[in-house]
Order: sequence, then structure tokens, then C-alpha cells
Amino acid sequence: MAAPQISQDVLLNQVSLDLEKERTCFECKRFGLYYGNNQALRGIDMVIPEKRVTAFIGPSGCGKSTLLRCMNRMNDLIDIVRMEGEMLLHGKDINSKSVNVAELRRQVGMVFQKPNPFPKTVYENVAYGLRLQGVNKKRILDERVEWALHGAALWGEVKDRLQDNAMGLSGGQQQRLVIARAIAIQPEVILLDEPASALDPISTLKIEELIIQLKKDYTVVIVTHNMQQAARVSDYTAFLYLGELIEFGATDQLFTNPVQKQTEDYITGRYG
Amino acid sequence: MVYQDIGQHITSQYDEDLESLRSKVLNMGGMVEKQVQNALLALTRADSSLAEDVATSDYHINAMEVEIDEECTQVIARRQPAASDLRLVVTIIKCITDLERIGDEAEKIGRHAVKLAAIERTPTYFSEIKHLGDQVCKMLHDSLDALARMDIDNAFVIAQGDRAINDEYDALTRQLITYMMEDPRTIKRSLRVMWCARSLERIGDHAKNICEYVIYTVAGKDIRHTSFDQVKAEHGDSDNK
Repeated sequence: MAAPQISQDVLLNQVSLDLEKERTCFECKRFGLYYGNNQALRGIDMVIPEKRVTAFIGPSGCGKSTLLRCMNRMNDLIDIVRMEGEMLLHGKDINSKSVNVAELRRQVGMVFQKPNPFPKTVYENVAYGLRLQGVNKKRILDERVEWALHGAALWGEVKDRLQDNAMGLSGGQQQRLVIARAIAIQPEVILLDEPASALDPISTLKIEELIIQLKKDYTVVIVTHNMQQAARVSDYTAFLYLGELIEFGATDQLFTNPVQKQTEDYITGRYG
Repeated sequence: MVYQDIGQHITSQYDEDLESLRSKVLNMGGMVEKQVQNALLALTRADSSLAEDVATSDYHINAMEVEIDEECTQVIARRQPAASDLRLVVTIIKCITDLERIGDEAEKIGRHAVKLAAIERTPTYFSEIKHLGDQVCKMLHDSLDALARMDIDNAFVIAQGDRAINDEYDALTRQLITYMMEDPRTIKRSLRVMWCARSLERIGDHAKNICEYVIYTVAGKDIRHTSFDQVKAEHGDSDNK
């Protein structure tokens, strides 16, 4: 029998999750960003699917946090930033002049690497955003605070300490409190920038468990240096390198059978 | 899909861990191959001392399986391998199970060979089983070669050789049935030969599995339980390359 030649690339398995079937939340089109003359992101084309966890991985300085910060216009505060291309949220460019930034940030919440609770009580931390929105009725506030703390898997630990200062909580509890603060105003999207990098392994696992719970109701985008964490919690993973998107795909495929050599080198710990 | 050779990890100890695993598997493969060859020789030459030797030295292979298994567990626990490293470790874990079973089959052939050598000094119908045995030995040798070189194209071709072995086994079975019907006194002996043939056929199946693992390691594609026709139909374009 003649030997059939099966070339390697056609043997690629199809992935279980299919990006084609997802609803789009964010979409980047030829998105680029400069800090002064320094180009930090170039030509990013990517779709962030709705109600999924998408992880950005890549070495330090590859632009993953920059890209995340563009999603609720945190870079507006830096004068020398210049952007090109489009960043669409449900088809609408978030950088257009007609967009109300406060409203955008209500839709797209963000949690940072270091927990940053306000020096107020646990209750007031969560209620803060609601009060800003003009919610003042105590009954409604009580309900929403409890709901958010439940959502952040913190209620059981703080229900008797609601009037204590939030700065007295442990690092892991503070981080979950900040997530409770973010979800209290019921955003659509939650951006997490290294949410567990300053936490011990148990708190990290609690945050990861929380992220998996959150995706039922929210679109979650997470930046992480911890590849195992990305592999554990995310549905889709984007690998960025030197400001470019190298590979974007379903996490189960990207971590077992990446398409690009650069991705392979990075996730297997080889010299790039 | 990317397949990379073992080297070039930032931690060189990781390279060494994987290299050690790979060389141990190949070493185990060599031992298993030798066992099968000896079992076949013992059978076809009615050499009872060699047969005894094969039947009693399987424990070396079992010990290697346990050792490699343990080492794989350590690599998974310590390194959390990903992508091609992960596929390699998974393949090794699977390969050693198949290799150990091949060892068991060789041991069985050895035991039957001891009994057969005692029954008859001038073995009959061993020429057919020798033919089957040679085919199986070649397939095993080639699949271990494909494993050592991570040669996906050859692995695909070798895996298909299992069909010919199955056909040969069926033919041999029919022949033995004829013998047994013609002369019922040969039944006891024929059944032993048949069990040896069955073991050889099973070795062919295990060798095919090894080829499938090679394809999985290199291409990340699992072709188990898929017919070759189906694989070729799905990837028809590439056949013409």
C-alpha cells in the first residue's frame, strides 16, 4: 500500500469551545497604543466573548495590563498615550467622544493587583459605588451589600464585622471585598489585573473559585503571570508578546497544543 | 500545533528530567523487544531453556514500568508540564503500560513454549507462527523506532500494519482449526499454538497503540478508535502531498 503522507498541520484537533458560537463582548480592531514614541500595543485583533473568562498571558512588558486598562479607559489619565484602531464594547467604540467614561466604568469594573479597599467600614466599601449612583435607601443598600458580599464569597467571613474597618481584613479578604465592591454596581464586565499575585495559595484558590462563579453573570478578563492559574480558570487565553497578540484560543487547546512556536516556548518555559 | 524536542528549557534540570524519562522508556522498549524475539525463538526452535528464561524474566520489565511511572508522577507534580512536554509525559505513561503488557504476552508465549517443547521435539506448524511472529517483531521494532525519532509519518504507516497481522492471525486460526478437526489428538498442542498466536496478535495491537501515541505527541491529534480510512478521508488533501 502506498504510504499516505499526513502533514502535521492538518491533524490539528478542533477545540471543544468554539469562538464562532460565542456572543461578542469586547472587540479590538487593529488596536494599537503608544506611550509617547514607544509603541506598547500593535495591531491587536481580538474578540472577548461574553460570559466567559478570558486570560491574558505573556512575559513582563508584553502589554497585557496596558490592553486590559484600555478596556475601561484607565489610560485616559496618562497624557502621553495615543491610540489607534478601535476598541468596541457591544459594537460601540469606547474611545469615541460620545461615550460617558463614568458610565463605561460602571459597565466595566476593575480590580487591581494590590487590594485597595477604602479606609472605611466593610459595609461602606461595598455601598460606596451604590451611593455614588444615588441609591440611599438603607433597605436597598443592605440587600445589595449582602448580595455583593455573597457573590464575592466573603459574606460568611464578614457578616459579623460589617462595621469594622476594612483595612483590618486579611489580604485575601480585602481582595474579595474589592471584588464585592466591583460587582455591587452590577457591571457587565470585570477586569482583573493580577488579582491573586499578592495572596497566599488558599486565598488564591478562593479567588479562582470566585472567578469561575462570576462568569455565570459577568464577562471576566484576567491578566495573570501565573500560567497554571490561567489554565485553571479561563475559557479562552490570549498570549501577548512584545505588544502583539501572538495567539488567541480556547484554553484547553492553547495549553495542550498551541499553534505558535512562541506560545509553546513561553508556556513550556523554553528560551524564546 | 508545534512539536519541540526536549531541550532548551530555561531550567536545565527540566531538560534532564525529560531526557531521563525518554531514555528509560526506550531502554524498556529495547528490553521488551528482546523478550518478544527470545519468546519467538524459543517457540519456533522448541528451546525450553530459553523459553524458561523468557517466562521468568518479565519482572525486570515490570520494575521498569513502576520506576518510570513514579518518575512521570514526579515530573507532573514538580514541573506542571504544558503543551508538547505534557503530551510527551502522557505518552510515556501510556507507552509503558503497553510495553508492560507486551512483556506479559512474551512471558505467556514463553510458558507455552516450555510446554510445547516438552510435547514435541520437531515442532510442526511453527513455520506459520514464525511468519506471524516475524511480522509482529518487525512492527514492534518499527514502532519503537518511530517513538525514538518521534516520526509521525512512519508511525501512521506502521500502525496500519496491524491489519495485516490480524489477517495473518485469522488465517493461522483457520489452519489450526483444520488440523484439530482432522486429528483430534492435536487439539491440546494446537490450542497452545493458538494462544501463542493470540499473544502475538495482541502485541501487534499494543505496537499500534504506541504509534498512535507518537502521533498524539507530535501532532496533538488523538486518532485512537478512528479508522484509518476515516483519518485519511478527514485529511484527504494531505495524502496527495
